[in-house]
Amino acid sequence: MSFEYYTLGEDIADDKAPTGPINERWSQRRFSARLVNPANRRKLGVIVVGTGLAGASAAASLGELGYRVENFCFQDSPRRAHSIAAQGGINAAKNYRNDGDSIHRLFYDTVKGGDFRARESNVHRLAEVSVQIIDQCVAQGVPFAREYGGMLDNRSFGGAQVSRTFYARGQTGQQLLLGAYQALERQIAAGTVNQHSRHEMLELVIVEGKARGVIVRDLVSGEITTHLADAVVLATGGYGNVFFLSTNAKGCNVTASWRAHRHGAYFANPCYTQIHPTCIPVSGDHQSKLTLMSESLRNDGRVWVPKTGGDERAAADIPESERDYYLERIYPSFGNLVPRDIASRAAKNVCDEGRGVGPGGLGVYLDFADAIERLGREAVEAKYGNLFDMYERITGENPYEQPMRIYPAVHYTMGGLWVDYDLQSSIPGLFVIGEANFSDHGANRLGASALMQGLADGYFVLPNTINDYLADGPFEALGEDHEDVKSAQQAVTSRIEKLLSINGSRTVDSFHRELGRIMWEYCGMERTDAGLNKAIALIRDLKEEFWTNVKVPGTGAELNQSLERAGRVADFFELAELMCIDALHREESCGGHFRAESQTEDNEAMRDDENFSYVAAWEWGQGSKPILHKEDLNFEYVKPSTRSYK
Amino acid sequence: MKLKLRIWRQADADTDGAMVSYILDDVSPDMSFLEMLDVLNEKLTGEGEDPVAFDHDCREGICGACSLVIDGQPHGPNAATTTCQLHMRHYADGDTIDIEPWRAKAFPVIKDLVVDREAFDKIIAAGGYISAPTGTAPDAHAQLVPKADADAAFAAAACIGCGACVAACPNGSGMLFMASKVAHLGLVPQGQPERHTRVIGMVQEHDEAGFGGCTNTGECAVACPKEIGLDVIGQLNRDFRKAVSGRR
Repeated sequence: MSFEYYTLGEDIADDKAPTGPINERWSQRRFSARLVNPANRRKLGVIVVGTGLAGASAAASLGELGYRVENFCFQDSPRRAHSIAAQGGINAAKNYRNDGDSIHRLFYDTVKGGDFRARESNVHRLAEVSVQIIDQCVAQGVPFAREYGGMLDNRSFGGAQVSRTFYARGQTGQQLLLGAYQALERQIAAGTVNQHSRHEMLELVIVEGKARGVIVRDLVSGEITTHLADAVVLATGGYGNVFFLSTNAKGCNVTASWRAHRHGAYFANPCYTQIHPTCIPVSGDHQSKLTLMSESLRNDGRVWVPKTGGDERAAADIPESERDYYLERIYPSFGNLVPRDIASRAAKNVCDEGRGVGPGGLGVYLDFADAIERLGREAVEAKYGNLFDMYERITGENPYEQPMRIYPAVHYTMGGLWVDYDLQSSIPGLFVIGEANFSDHGANRLGASALMQGLADGYFVLPNTINDYLADGPFEALGEDHEDVKSAQQAVTSRIEKLLSINGSRTVDSFHRELGRIMWEYCGMERTDAGLNKAIALIRDLKEEFWTNVKVPGTGAELNQSLERAGRVADFFELAELMCIDALHREESCGGHFRAESQTEDNEAMRDDENFSYVAAWEWGQGSKPILHKEDLNFEYVKPSTRSYK
Repeated sequence: MKLKLRIWRQADADTDGAMVSYILDDVSPDMSFLEMLDVLNEKLTGEGEDPVAFDHDCREGICGACSLVIDGQPHGPNAATTTCQLHMRHYADGDTIDIEPWRAKAFPVIKDLVVDREAFDKIIAAGGYISAPTGTAPDAHAQLVPKADADAAFAAAACIGCGACVAACPNGSGMLFMASKVAHLGLVPQGQPERHTRVIGMVQEHDEAGFGGCTNTGECAVACPKEIGLDVIGQLNRDFRKAVSGRR
């Protein structure tokens, strides 16, 4: 291991999770966590940043409990958070299909799917709570797909052999988010939640070691304001946009998490990036983002490439005998439904062999011809029609007549701020939920489990754990003249002034694109020691150029979208370097992290439990080397084994 | 291809705006409409001009952030398409394209092509929900929902809140948006207890926010990127009449 880039700190542990039988831990913690009586909750203020599945459900639930909630989002409406774009579904261990599902099986699948890099206690809680989430959403009127008898329909997703995924056509995320958003609006009307849209958090306020507020910029007027409270909850999503091209919304960024990290919140497993196997391939240099096709398509679509490289024929002209349905061939028991990391790497491998299809050879076929013949076009249309339309809109090709072309793309980040079982970060009073934390998915996220985690954290976990912290409140009232508040305000204004004053010759986007290319090339689907070292050097040079040559037009006192992006890209540079350092130090392959030096003879990822069965929690090194704290992972219920889907 | 763009530029809510022309070369047919604007903005920034402000986020046709009246039509010429899903292959070399913000009294312009759609959130806050506090729900199968009802509720719930309906309506009415929510929640059994208070609250808020009334012009449904039909407005009107007359 190279200590050139980091230093080793003390080991850490999650001291909040109860010990004892795993299926009793959550109820034990709920009982042991202190409560705040309803009359006192009114005296306590909580700031929630973000309004996705985690943020909206948390803000609504905390409001219902009687806390005074201030909620922020950078979009024009809380309903537009990127959770809205999730297509496929949400898992729950309801066993409505009588196919052998249970809380334990969902727990087992998730720990295994995460390549044994998640905490057992957290994952078990997620599986337990999943059952309640479906009940909650149905009660809110979420129009899940139904059977003719009126019962809820299910389908299956990658990494599972049971049908436990609840869905609302191809727009599950939208419907779940609207449910949470409506619950949030109800609380806004009731006066328990105060909503601030088009506001971006640019700094965290810490007083006497505790998170006490945020500094935000009003994205319309440019006004910088301070909001103080007894606790702060970050629900600000993932950081996949560090790659520039990703399936994330354009606004997704790391700024809130990164500001917290720079104030002492540990950043865990930053290099775990989920690459989603079914995205529409890149079409040109102008491209601003990648579009994902739901994983549910692999229930009926078959993935293949020509058996021989350089086959230029149209798909229909390639006879059955000359096609390689490689997922079904290599992984007969899971077939096309292998987990995302496996499917992504398999696609990369066949393209690297020169067997890819479409422009540039970076694509594989996702073929519905068999499904259309078996089920009829109408049935396929009913199941996937909106996805097919979307594909045609973007590519100009009709997927009913020729197979879709897909290629892996950056999708979800499993790393994030380190939290304990209570979802509290290493800064007291700072809680982190949903994709912004690291805790539940391990090194890989199975399909339909992100929506589950967002809502689990927001509806059920945080509202039952934050009270233990707030029971010590209300904390001493603060004024804006407090020294720590003033220094946070000063940090924001000086960073904005700096960005506006450089007045160089390159646009923010040109830097971001270049950073993204470096990250995809060297810290993407496959990483090597040499590549990561090279990436770190390239990132450092590019960052230096950014701070001397970026051009940000306009002023800070207006709606200035270039300025917004500049601040975010500045943080992406620092994060990118940490991602590469994390990837470099982890000399094993697991889940969304494939080190070329660590693979089996048949090119499967090779984990190294002996040396790397830990969470890598990074402490900000005050501008010099980051400090690595290890949290050992213990597996009492699902013994780590070779993760096989064959 | 080469395009002439005529774009509404307006510094802020208090300043008068005007159409300004730009020439853009090298537009690829594979670009989305917003990517074409990205290219324009890169060019403007390089030339020291203020880039054009516009709202966008997911670029997958689902968040509802993107807007733009393109050649007089909200989200442009294609049916059932958001601006982010409109691609330049639908245009020809030498075309002139007019790009304007949503125009409605209830949606004041903030800057250039960006408008304030907060009035929609207020309509939802006035009753567009089912009161189901966290943790109070019965088992999801405790109440069966006929498939046809669930499908119809889903079709109405597909509204992305973009506001194209308002921009298309000669009266600046938000009726299609509001009605899609009323229909969605009114079609499921969970939504029945608040059905009447919901519709009254939402209609009141809609009118107070400065949206106009519905005169069955039907432009809203034509402009809707999610193909929500006028039938939801029929449902809204029936529910409203029942609610104000106290009939059940």
